[in-house]
Amino acid sequence: MTGTPSPDDTRRGVLVEAATIGLTTGAYGISFGALSVTAGLSVWQTMALSALMFTGASQFAMVSVLAGGGSAVAAVAGSALLGLRNLFYGLRMRQILQPSPALSLPAAHLTIDESTAMALAHYDRPVPRPALAFWSTGLSVFVLWNTGSLIGALGASSIGDPQRWGLDAAVPAAFLALLWPQITSHRLLGVAIVSAAIGMALTPVLSPGLPVLCAALVPFLFLRRSS
Amino acid sequence: MIWAAVLLGSAACYALKALGFVVPERVLDKPLMAQLVAMFPVALLAALLAVVTVADGMSITVDARVAAVAAAAVALTLRAPFLVVVVVGAATAAIIRALGG
Repeated sequence: MTGTPSPDDTRRGVLVEAATIGLTTGAYGISFGALSVTAGLSVWQTMALSALMFTGASQFAMVSVLAGGGSAVAAVAGSALLGLRNLFYGLRMRQILQPSPALSLPAAHLTIDESTAMALAHYDRPVPRPALAFWSTGLSVFVLWNTGSLIGALGASSIGDPQRWGLDAAVPAAFLALLWPQITSHRLLGVAIVSAAIGMALTPVLSPGLPVLCAALVPFLFLRRSS
Repeated sequence: MIWAAVLLGSAACYALKALGFVVPERVLDKPLMAQLVAMFPVALLAALLAVVTVADGMSITVDARVAAVAAAAVALTLRAPFLVVVVVGAATAAIIRALGG
């Protein structure tokens, strides 16, 4: 989901890059909107997630736990666990951007994978523009992600039987696409395989939503003393 | 029930983001914590992937979704962008179902 930073350090270069990342996530927002409505959320609920939660993987998690018959508690816990990384992005952004207390509140809302990656990339450049990179990327993703979600949600509510179009099968495809770039080591591959196995093994035993939460214990098995 | 989950989940996700801007750094800056944070998304996404691929309520069903995930994996090895991967998954399942599979 993260755009490859180009070496253009001008103000305009940063803005073009931010707009490009926004367009990419907008396309991804279309699939979120469509899948959310297919999963049984209303257009308004879908838009509330995109505007208020505004962190893609957590939104997909909430929608699919609810669609699978999971409880509200399981859905909230799943999306919060996936949103945990934003806490660490926030730490880093505070160091780099040093926003005033008033600006910290909107900055926190825009702290996601894309804006963090752009701010970090432009922090290390010969002409550092981390604040411009952060705000322009955050705002462009926010606007286009929400626009995409709305298009997808309205589109999906007008096409009839979602199964006929394979939209239910688009959900695991989306999770695979989110997971794929994160498997960067053998250890993470191990975490993924064990977690998937636990999710499947517990499905017939526990009520929907809980097998996924049990997989949150898997990382503790893979901790190393020194790394 | 859905609205409660949507609003509580949104509040939780915002609280986590905002916490990073207010919590003293040394509280979170632990090597074990960094490892866990790298692994949590992988564990949850992998479990979600597995469950939405084969779960049908509380039973396991192998159907067109499995083929859709395999097709999505092929698209990813060919470096397809996110939306293309999702469309390939949906199209695969749609075609299999249209053929009566």
